[in-house]
Amino acid sequence: MEIPTIVGAGLIVIGAGLGIGRIGGQAMEAIARQPEASGKIQTAMLIAAALIEGIGFAALFAA
Amino acid sequence: MQKPFIVKILFVVVVLLGFTTAYAQDVEENLQTHELTEQEDSDKKSKIQEYINHHLLDSYDFTFFSDEEAGKYYGFPLPVILFDDGLKVFSSSKFNHGETVAEVDGNHYKLYHSKIYETNAAGDINYDEEGHVTNDKPLDFSITKNVVTMFLVSILMFFLFRTLAKSYKKNRSIPKGVGRFLEPLVLFVRDEIAIPNIGEKKYKKYMSFLLTIFFFIWFLNLLGMTPLGVNVTGNIAVTFGLALITFLITTFTANKNYWAHIFWMPGVPKLMRIVLAPIELLGMFIKPFSLMIRLYANMTAGHVVLMSIIALMFIFKSWLGSSLSFGLAFGLAILELLVAALQAYIFTMLSALYFGMANEESH
Repeated sequence: MEIPTIVGAGLIVIGAGLGIGRIGGQAMEAIARQPEASGKIQTAMLIAAALIEGIGFAALFAA
Repeated sequence: MQKPFIVKILFVVVVLLGFTTAYAQDVEENLQTHELTEQEDSDKKSKIQEYINHHLLDSYDFTFFSDEEAGKYYGFPLPVILFDDGLKVFSSSKFNHGETVAEVDGNHYKLYHSKIYETNAAGDINYDEEGHVTNDKPLDFSITKNVVTMFLVSILMFFLFRTLAKSYKKNRSIPKGVGRFLEPLVLFVRDEIAIPNIGEKKYKKYMSFLLTIFFFIWFLNLLGMTPLGVNVTGNIAVTFGLALITFLITTFTANKNYWAHIFWMPGVPKLMRIVLAPIELLGMFIKPFSLMIRLYANMTAGHVVLMSIIALMFIFKSWLGSSLSFGLAFGLAILELLVAALQAYIFTMLSALYFGMANEESH
């Protein structure tokens, strides 16, 4: 039986959501520990989130 | 100090409200409302889908809004430039929004699903068994809606940054007017994006590109939020062009350490180097490819979601549903403003990161 592509899209969103959520959460924690490094943490967080997002979108297009 | 700030916030809110309602009116023009029956309900849904799809595509004329029942379009036509047995230039008003066949120097062209096809005099579109169009497509260099918008943004940027540059000459230190707004952004690109990623020594030669791409993407994203209905950064050809420039600059300014890291990775066993080389080579192309997809997908998704939520108004047709849709659309519009800046920032940031990789000193 063929699995509908919408299921794949849902799986991708779950994966990407978990990934970005974890990045955001950990960044929050890091900022709370070291507020003076918040600028650097934010930059690194955005880059990592953007990379995951890129993969997520690539998979969404394939689905 | 406090008061002007509040006034500014209020101004932004009012402008956003205006945009949201203008969008809604635009959709409403296309969805004349009747009493709902099952048939009309599905009709309406497919019409909304068609309207959203149409909005995402490029077009050969600049239509501000249209009245489909009366068959009226308010806007202006743009020049079509085709290369097909010689250069052919004519106005897109000849297509009559896809209703008539344009005849130019003995050749006939028809607009079909926002693409130009060469046809016979009757304007027949032929299909193969799978439903693909078999008509010839001429080489197309038309000044489309997206191209016009990019021209406008380029001219706008030219004048904005000319005034900024001039103001430094005039009163030596502090820029006036719009320069006050732009200066911190230019400094932000330099101090937060270029220097940390590329390094003190070499950042200068990349600054012009990074600044251009940052403000170009940002302005285009913001223009996409206005009721003009342009969707330039949500067009994969545009983002392909932008990513291609990043790729070319990375490749042609790379030093030998960059190439060594690709073909003969230092510090790993010999066998590993052979395995790594094709992966790294592939990575060279994946990096700009992800830039392209990210910007395109983000802006397209933003437009689709925003327009779908606005379209909910015409599906619910009740006080509750409409207020909900309006509130959601308003919140989402604010989020999209953030995304517009964020995507410009990320594109610039990752470009700077790649330039930095291409210029790494040996260590």
